[in-house]
Amino acid sequence: MRMTQGKINELLSESACEHNHKKEGKGKNKSCTQVAQPGAAQGGCAFDGAMIALVPITDVAHLVHGPIACAGNSWGSRGSQSSGPMLYKMGFTTDLNENDVIFGGEKRLYKSILEINQRYSPAAVFVYSTCVTALIGDDLDAVCQKAAEKIGIPVVPVNSPGFIGSKNLGNRVGGESLMEYVVGSREPAYTTPYDINLIGEYNIAGELWGVLPLFEKLGIRVLAKITGDARYEEVCHAHRAKLNVMICSKALINMARKMEERYGIPYIEESFYGVEDINRCLRNVAAKLGDGELQARVEALIAEETAKLNEALVPYRARLKGKRVVLYTGGVKSWSIISAAKDLGMEVVATSTKKSTEEDKARIKELLGQDGIMMEKGNAQELLRVIAQTKADMLIAGGRNQYTALKAKIPFLDINQERHHPYEGYVGMVEMARELDEALHSPVWAQVRQPAPWDNELMEVG
Amino acid sequence: MAIVSSPRKAVAVNPLKQSQPLGAALAFLGLKGMMPLFHGSQGCTAFAKVMLVRHFREAIPLSTTAMTEVSTILGGEDNVEQAILTLVEKSKPEIIGLCTTGLTETRGDDMEGILKGIRKRHPELHDLPIVFISTPDFRGALQDGFAGAVESMMRELPIAGETRPDQVTLLVSSAFTPGDVQELQEIIQSFGLTVIAVPDLSGSLDGHLDDSYSAVTHGGTSLADLRKIGSSVFTLALGESMRGAARVLQERFAIPYEVFTHVSGLEAVDSLLQALVDISGTRVPEKYRRQRRQLQDAMLDTHFYFGRKQVSLALEPDLLWANGQFLQSMGCEIQAAVTTTKSPLLEQLPVETVTIGDLEDFENLAAGSDLLITNSHGKALAKRLHIPLYRQGMPIFDRLGNGQFTKVGYRGTMQLLFDIGNLFLEREEEQAHP
Repeated sequence: MRMTQGKINELLSESACEHNHKKEGKGKNKSCTQVAQPGAAQGGCAFDGAMIALVPITDVAHLVHGPIACAGNSWGSRGSQSSGPMLYKMGFTTDLNENDVIFGGEKRLYKSILEINQRYSPAAVFVYSTCVTALIGDDLDAVCQKAAEKIGIPVVPVNSPGFIGSKNLGNRVGGESLMEYVVGSREPAYTTPYDINLIGEYNIAGELWGVLPLFEKLGIRVLAKITGDARYEEVCHAHRAKLNVMICSKALINMARKMEERYGIPYIEESFYGVEDINRCLRNVAAKLGDGELQARVEALIAEETAKLNEALVPYRARLKGKRVVLYTGGVKSWSIISAAKDLGMEVVATSTKKSTEEDKARIKELLGQDGIMMEKGNAQELLRVIAQTKADMLIAGGRNQYTALKAKIPFLDINQERHHPYEGYVGMVEMARELDEALHSPVWAQVRQPAPWDNELMEVG
Repeated sequence: MAIVSSPRKAVAVNPLKQSQPLGAALAFLGLKGMMPLFHGSQGCTAFAKVMLVRHFREAIPLSTTAMTEVSTILGGEDNVEQAILTLVEKSKPEIIGLCTTGLTETRGDDMEGILKGIRKRHPELHDLPIVFISTPDFRGALQDGFAGAVESMMRELPIAGETRPDQVTLLVSSAFTPGDVQELQEIIQSFGLTVIAVPDLSGSLDGHLDDSYSAVTHGGTSLADLRKIGSSVFTLALGESMRGAARVLQERFAIPYEVFTHVSGLEAVDSLLQALVDISGTRVPEKYRRQRRQLQDAMLDTHFYFGRKQVSLALEPDLLWANGQFLQSMGCEIQAAVTTTKSPLLEQLPVETVTIGDLEDFENLAAGSDLLITNSHGKALAKRLHIPLYRQGMPIFDRLGNGQFTKVGYRGTMQLLFDIGNLFLEREEEQAHP
């Protein structure tokens, strides 16, 4: 599948994505077609996005066709975890040199695929193109096809040069490749009326494992995890699910929409963060699968889990109650984490709406209340200003902003992909409460904020 | 004499190498008021930034010209111009470090022409130095990008002045940590010399709290000091890769230089201190005489554990050399040496072959050794091989204090002896009582 401009435009104007709906029927909504601004842009590229979406497939060799920067500066650093194969954690790259750039990298790519197959016996090889290999015109699709014929395992091209756009677009490019080459390519041994796919859940810090037991208890089978802790085979089977559950992300919404078109699988958008959201998620899944008995089992499970959780949260709620939080993150997380924080009795005084859709924003408004600040734009400076203005007790954000907060002596909790703690589901809620409590009540804050004894005089004068 | 070889294979597995622009960025970050700028796609900057943030546990200023498919085809002039103007407006840098990437080098943007054009159109930028370095991702490695950036700085920033007999320039390669730079500065100052360190990572990435927020580097070599380098009486170049930059200073200002390929180990530190005696005409301070005796004692205490140990190293050339020399001075043998890029030192390493390769090569060569030394990416293979890992180089994600870690001088050498000695000791005990 070549990534033509038409194809890119189609991904950018994904019809199921709220970003592309006009605001109340008039005017233009902010859209994914925004171009990164020189000197101001902060985020990752489309290649980064494609890797984020696909690397969690654990038994696949992910081969980066490009110079060293793309793989060398990034491999092995993503937080998604595996219950088995570790192949996905290995860094494979063609590491192009000057000769390859001049004479073309196709031969090296072909040989690389063969070598990987011989030495590592992967379930499949995913090949990612990058800016340089797109620019020199290497024919990724042709090489992958030829290599697949030779080695007899799937070789999936992912046309993801960084310069076509943002991380978000890259996620969709990754989803396109799954739709084109993987989903529907094999049949599951059997199906059940309770088969679902989870889409857009990457098992960061192993948090999926806090949720899967819930589905298991309810008799719901997760047919394909797309892509957290997935095996190649299960993604092939995804077309036989009865329901797609999109988790915390619009990133792969093109997959959900296409699977609805091609295979008639309906989809719902849910979140696993916070009690209310996980409850609603389970209820919606049961309702969609349309089985009264299942719905009754869900209610019983919710009652049992929330009772257990409430007990576990008692000590934390007491210590977290009324604490003021500034939240800085993207998309769905901007409301799902608000809801989780509210469950703990905390007050979210400001949040970013940078990547949020109109629907997300409406939800945020509702959750934040009147005085809440919605930050449309943000950089480190702006963030610090808002924290000071709202007298917030802490910042919850991605790792990128960790040192902005810490340098300003403000407690911080990481919620993005490099974090080490699982926050999904009921168990994740306890984990999050514990981390919040530790962050807020660490004895270091008093110490680092204390001026040196010999500076006291100055402070009083100043 | 070692043979330098590259394995005959098409694919790199578990790369050891990082890109040139990342190295250039790291060098730039040692200047005060700096904003490094990558001319490439926004991902080039994002990846480099994430790696530096995670390694140093610091906020890292790093920006991008955000090239798109269209601007790549049309040429990047507008993007470079807009990026510089935006940075000047929003971040107020005192200096900008500009480097290219694989993308813009493949396209072939004429950077000198572009910069000239921007200078002409924007006289208001007259006082803003922009240090430029060409760093294609498809050539060289981190160490090359770092060395190239320092060379560019020395070409563009120092100006001629009357020689100051007590001022020396210290050029420090990518093999040294902020903690190393700090220790070296203290040693040099103790001889009554004024030292201008370039790049001075100890001012920017040492991990310290400032009173206010800044979008550019808080500390590092100041522009004023960079200008003054033309007046230095001597250049101390630390790490072989700094030779080029030292030569530039010799050519431009006739400043003599000496390259110290490493400053870990008794003899290596001795020769640095002797050089400082010669330059300053003063005695070695009592403090270091004392430290020297402590190191001698530590060497005696620890040598039981080092003798005949087989150590495998996967590091960039300067760091590979430094560790190789140090370990050899303690009686260890190098079993395997893997590195990222060329260096005149490689052939002189006390080992049969040096492989320019990746961590897959390293895993094959290192089996059976007593110790591995490489970056955090070596963790999984160390586990598979059941060999202890001592982390050096970049990135180190899973250890704290990478900024403060010091391996130079008598004290730093002692630190190395105890760190590595303890790993050997622990392993010996495990093997004796499994």
